[in-house]
Amino acid sequence: MPAARTDNRGYWIGFAVVLALLFVAPLVLPEFWRRFTTEILIWGLLAMSSDILIGYTGMVSFGHSAFFGLGMYGAAAALLTVRPPNLWLALAYGLVAAAVVAAFVAYFSTRLRDIYFAITTLVFSQIFYVIIFTWTEVTGGENGLTFRQPALGVPGLFAIPFTPVTLHWFVVAIVTISYLLLRRITQSPFGMVLQSIRENEPRTRAIGYAVERYKIVAVMLSGVFAGLAGVLYAVQNKFAAPDFVFFLISGEVVIFNMLGGMGTLVGPIAGAAFFLILRETFSRFWTEFYLIPVGVIFTLMVIFVPQGLLGFARRALNR
Amino acid sequence: MDAFLIQTLNGVVNGLILALVASGLTLIFGIMDVVNFAHGELFMLGAYAGVIWLAVTGNFWVALLAAAVTIAVLSAALQVVALRPLLGRDPLYTILGTFGISLVLQNYALWQFGPVPRKLTEPLTGHFRLFYLEYPYYRIVMALLSAAIIGALWAFLKYGKYGIWIRATTQDRVMAAAMGIPVPIVHTVVFAIGASMAAASGVLFGPLVGVTHAMGADWVLKAFVVVVVGGMGNLAGSILASIFISLLEAYASLIVSPAQAVIVAFIALIVTLLVRPTGLFVPTPK
Repeated sequence: MPAARTDNRGYWIGFAVVLALLFVAPLVLPEFWRRFTTEILIWGLLAMSSDILIGYTGMVSFGHSAFFGLGMYGAAAALLTVRPPNLWLALAYGLVAAAVVAAFVAYFSTRLRDIYFAITTLVFSQIFYVIIFTWTEVTGGENGLTFRQPALGVPGLFAIPFTPVTLHWFVVAIVTISYLLLRRITQSPFGMVLQSIRENEPRTRAIGYAVERYKIVAVMLSGVFAGLAGVLYAVQNKFAAPDFVFFLISGEVVIFNMLGGMGTLVGPIAGAAFFLILRETFSRFWTEFYLIPVGVIFTLMVIFVPQGLLGFARRALNR
Repeated sequence: MDAFLIQTLNGVVNGLILALVASGLTLIFGIMDVVNFAHGELFMLGAYAGVIWLAVTGNFWVALLAAAVTIAVLSAALQVVALRPLLGRDPLYTILGTFGISLVLQNYALWQFGPVPRKLTEPLTGHFRLFYLEYPYYRIVMALLSAAIIGALWAFLKYGKYGIWIRATTQDRVMAAAMGIPVPIVHTVVFAIGASMAAASGVLFGPLVGVTHAMGADWVLKAFVVVVVGGMGNLAGSILASIFISLLEAYASLIVSPAQAVIVAFIALIVTLLVRPTGLFVPTPK
């Protein structure tokens, strides 16, 4: 269909423009905003990973902080035990840790639906929080773990230490690859089954799909990408702390999804950007009470703009 | 053995307070399909209202009543402004809406009252000897009062005219409206009742821990666990589950630290969800 092709061209042009802007951003922005943009992308990746569940499968996860946090602590384990610190090993450890936890959570939580699923994931993330918080000998308890930033490179060939600019580019690359992968997955037959679970679960089951198995894979997939975001955050900030396993982070992830528009993949990134910019703006006047105006804006958006900022473009973004 | 008996008493006392929080939550869920994430914040604001009214009136029991009424009015206003527009939408939006409200309320309390815990003086300071402990009378009174409030709620739902309206709305919202029951007002009133029960438990529990802006977070999570274990929207189930979970936690804290004992409650929840997802204290559907 020629019409569809021209529409898609618009999408890819937009994609290229955004990517180019993100690529140039660290070269022109001042130090503070450079770091801020990198952080938006990392939170955006976390929010995007949960969109697979919330927006595409219709399962609201309130436990993404567990996957994110385990990614952080997995990276910390690799960076603290192996000398010299290796970025790729940190990535591998973080992803494996997040995947194991996701498999565990998925096995139990996918038997439940709707609000029960949300509460189970919430409770699981709190279990991991309590374990990490109280197991001081291994996790450093309340203080968390600090470590040195690994260098970017291939062992034995070359290694360059991260500067804010190369770190930003590295994050842009990872987030872009993740986005394209997730987009491909949502358009694959597997992704179609997930969306049909969202639309009508009993019918999907009646057609003959093993709904539970699809859900388990969806939670694991989502958990692995959330873990990836955790690894990136650990590498950027050089620490892992129990605060990032606490359920408030999961709540923020759901907020990002809702603000940006669920079921669009880019929406959650936009939502994360919107939330962080609001937080930055208000915390200049209100210091730590910025959550009062942000909470009011959020509640108003839930009432009046439930489809989110990019909800209007949902069709175009999924084409 | 002594420690075991003391923990049994502790478990029952905590369980009754928890039941007061959880029965408000389950009432709101059962009737409005609203999963109230702001419930812990209403608990916390209730405790602050108690502090203020205690300073004004000087009498704990008057302050308790006044705080419950204050929070009832506040929450009725909240329900009309923020939750009524969400009626009939996906439950996800009520979760998000109440989550937004809880962020605002919690930070408002921090802004208004500061991070230093406020002291709420207990009205009774007597003790009695229990094995090797001096056990305060106040805890017993607190538990009995919680039980009395829950009992009053139950009697109201069972026999009161408006209680029957509420139960009718739970069973079938559309049919209730057709019979002339003002469903939107019933929703507002139920939210106010649930909130004032949370506020009352906040005031009652305040003397034990000190009133801070973050005191609601632990409770709301535990109340969620209880409400699911007891069966969503099932009042009797929630009460039994509160006592069951609190006993489990009390016994667990004999072995591990209290911070880790919370995990026992969480594991109880997960086992319940796997074995009997409709709730532990609900008769098996025939």
